[in-house]
Amino acid sequence: MSENTHHITPYRTLGIILLILLSLTFVTIEITSIHLGALTVTAALLIAGVKGFLVLSYFMHLKHESLLLRILVALVFVLFALIVLITFIDYAYRT
Amino acid sequence: MSNHENHTHVHRDDEAQKLGMWLFIFTELLLFGGLFLVYSIFRMQYPENFHESSLELSVTLGVTNTVILLVSSMSVAISLTAVQKNNYKLAKWMLLLTVALALAFMVNKYFEWGAKFHHGLYPGSELMHLLDRGHHLYFGLYFFMTGLHALHIIIGVILLLISYVKIQKGKIQSDNFMHLENAALYWHLVDLIWIFLFPLLYLIS
Repeated sequence: MSENTHHITPYRTLGIILLILLSLTFVTIEITSIHLGALTVTAALLIAGVKGFLVLSYFMHLKHESLLLRILVALVFVLFALIVLITFIDYAYRT
Repeated sequence: MSNHENHTHVHRDDEAQKLGMWLFIFTELLLFGGLFLVYSIFRMQYPENFHESSLELSVTLGVTNTVILLVSSMSVAISLTAVQKNNYKLAKWMLLLTVALALAFMVNKYFEWGAKFHHGLYPGSELMHLLDRGHHLYFGLYFFMTGLHALHIIIGVILLLISYVKIQKGKIQSDNFMHLENAALYWHLVDLIWIFLFPLLYLIS
């Protein structure tokens, strides 16, 4: 079932995504120049997450891929989150 | 797709090719993910050392390289759209632009690393032995992570150049573009990793 009805991402969309990514980069720089401790790290990582999501959805056009592929990608991030969580728990409760 | 009259055509499975590329990308994500995890744990263990060390990095160079990679990620995406729209000339120019930006990234990296070596800030240097363990770990991770990332840039450039030649030879066309698509996916991966590397190494201090 090789159907060749692939989605073509318009040039316009790609340009808009780039502009958002660039703006978010400068927002990150501004935010991290204000010293808010742990909050700064959280904010920087959240923005990086949003940027990552945009790259995956539009540049890597996951938005228009099959449900299977999107679930697989999501599962990889869930797996990574679990690895991080388990490692942090191990680190926090180690004597 | 396949018809009975035309037996000369080569069997192709675009979906499988794409899935294969994504499976490879998953391993790459977990490879860098593991390194991010190592970085986070040591950062919690040596917060002061990591803070002082990260101040040694040039934010200007980091920002420049971030902008370069973001633009290059768009240019390679434009190249794919152009191929799908039969505009091979634009596609080739966009690939060349992407490669040029990648080279600019590497030149920046060369100066950045050069400055670190000049100041004796590299694993195993005399200065490093006098500094605390956290500094050693920070720069070890800095060189390993940015080095591994730079290696991916070089591989990405090779893949993009192969795509360029394939467009030139007519082997990548608007109905047969998986090679370019996968090369582009690889290039976006390089961008994706940098999106997380940049704030962690350069900004959060």
